[in-house]
Amino acid sequence: MARQRFSGTDSYIATDDLMMAVNAAVTLERPILVKGEPGTGKTQLAIEVARALGKPLFEWHIKSTTRARQGLYEYDAVARLRDSQLGDDRVHDISNYIVRGKIWEAFAAPEQPVLLIDEIDKADIEFPNDLLQELDRMEFYVYETRELVQARHRPIIIVTSNNEKELPDAFLRRCFFHYIRFPDRETMGRIVDVHFPNLKKSLLVEALNAFYRVRDVDGLKKKPSTSELLDWIKLLLAEDIPAEALRSDNLRSAIPPLYGALLKNEQDVHLFERLVFLNRKAGST
Amino acid sequence: MLIPFFFALRDGGLKVSVTELLTLLEALRAGVAGYSVDDFYYLARAALVKDESRLDRFDRIFAAYFRGVDDKLADLFAELPEDWLRRETELLLSEEERAAIESAGGFAELMEALRQRLDDQEGRHEGGSRWIGTAGTSPFGAYGYNPEGVRIGQAGSRHRSAVKVWDRRHYRNLDDTLELGTRNIKVALRRLRRFAREGAADELDLDATIDNTARNAGLLDIRMVPERHNAVKVLLCLDVGGSMDDHVRVCEELFSAARSEFKHLEYFYFHNFVYENLWKDNRRRHTEKTPTRDVLRTYGMDYKLVFVGDATMSPYEIVYAGGSVEHWNEEAGAVWMQRLLRTYPKAIWLNPEPLERWAYTPSIKLIRELVDDRMYPLTIAGLDEGIRALR
Repeated sequence: MARQRFSGTDSYIATDDLMMAVNAAVTLERPILVKGEPGTGKTQLAIEVARALGKPLFEWHIKSTTRARQGLYEYDAVARLRDSQLGDDRVHDISNYIVRGKIWEAFAAPEQPVLLIDEIDKADIEFPNDLLQELDRMEFYVYETRELVQARHRPIIIVTSNNEKELPDAFLRRCFFHYIRFPDRETMGRIVDVHFPNLKKSLLVEALNAFYRVRDVDGLKKKPSTSELLDWIKLLLAEDIPAEALRSDNLRSAIPPLYGALLKNEQDVHLFERLVFLNRKAGST
Repeated sequence: MLIPFFFALRDGGLKVSVTELLTLLEALRAGVAGYSVDDFYYLARAALVKDESRLDRFDRIFAAYFRGVDDKLADLFAELPEDWLRRETELLLSEEERAAIESAGGFAELMEALRQRLDDQEGRHEGGSRWIGTAGTSPFGAYGYNPEGVRIGQAGSRHRSAVKVWDRRHYRNLDDTLELGTRNIKVALRRLRRFAREGAADELDLDATIDNTARNAGLLDIRMVPERHNAVKVLLCLDVGGSMDDHVRVCEELFSAARSEFKHLEYFYFHNFVYENLWKDNRRRHTEKTPTRDVLRTYGMDYKLVFVGDATMSPYEIVYAGGSVEHWNEEAGAVWMQRLLRTYPKAIWLNPEPLERWAYTPSIKLIRELVDDRMYPLTIAGLDEGIRALR
């Protein structure tokens, strides 16, 4: 069997270490946990892996109220009760009221799927522990119908976390792990390139300069990330801003145009404006 | 063959389990990694390290191990705190130089100058074959630390090409060896949870439904109740500044854990001890103050009051009017403390100072008396005890 390897796609630049972690997870059919600064493409990774390997994707987005069971199945007792009152025939078969969750759907897929468990840290602190057995053995038991659900093909499971909560050791031991570092200039250049293939070289250089300068400001609450840079460039293009407007000697005393796309936090905007003001004063004396 | 490496990792303080080692071996057998050292490094990292704060340590152990320097593990713990480094710049650079640099561009430049100064000394350092100073006599070995990312010491060309990726030490900033992880704190704080039903009725109340349906002779009568929420209310007062600087880390952890664990969490800051004003934003503490009286009026008795502070100060600051270090206080801190305790009977004081030192600090004794002995060390065990006292 020719093993499929993930090596990035035409719209997603994967670094060597990321590729290695993904390929190890794909080969050994173990989950991979991806962490990193917000906006570095953690969720996007699952979408791109599914696309690159030509596999169906199941996305399970976790919220603070999500319970582990909901990923497996839910028993809709209220619907059954209502049907029994109305004398519906469906009521005799309990399996009519078992609603499949995302994990079950992925287990039942006819070919090996990619399952994204997005932002696992949003859920309750015990959530990952409740999924250990399911992710390890890739099977679970439905009590209502006394049925054992086993994965037809072990899915490629990609778990993302924003570090809001620490994950239990038992869960971590079962995963591969990758931390997406903030891309360096070179990688960032490539990333921008796949999104805006026709971007002028001069604009790219100036935009990256301005971007990293904003990122280097100490004390920002939320540093702008890749996704913000991409949005910003899109805006720059839409407004047809020339590269010269971003030039650094200009910038020391001016705020980059459309910086609202880069700084999302009011305090950060204030801080930045204050710094620029100070620089301007220092420059004029 | 990887067993010695495995133990080197464990000796180096990484909690690597056998399961993870087996996973790595399995992946190697499956041919995931090919034959390059870089591949092996990436694979081992993905399989063995599960926490980004440990990545740096892994890099160092990996570098040391695969360079055949396995007796240097002890040096890995010779961490260089930034403060120390700043102090070192004071030793190495003269007053005028520093002033000149500071005006030119601040810390980054300062580090650059320091690096150059150290480069001048290269000849002396180079006597040995390696840049890791044995027994850590020189802090600026190959692993000198500069927060701005300027490497002190070994230049890139010195490396054999195989040992390079991990030597860049990308994850330096993330390393934090903390005993009190946020997870532990959260688990401890959970004990304080008290569930109550509040808000919109959107959950099926099974018991009431069955009961009412039976009363209706079997005709379905669905009853709903609001979802259960953690209804505990916490008022957190944190000491900032001065002697608390050493404990900032642990307080931040406690704060972030508490913040996500409680829906009703109010926090205020104070300096050394509570007086007539508290504040919410430490940067604007002199302009945006909240009178303690307002706090007493705003938050009801059902709030649980948690002080966090080292309680280390001059006893005058507690018992005398005008004793405060930063302003003239009309009434003594102890009076304010008693008012707070009268309004909030459920109160504890968490102290990050080590327990052994409590007996030797008069102000700690004083405050312990004030809070009826409900002072607990800011450790997991202490937190547990404190939470029990709050319930």
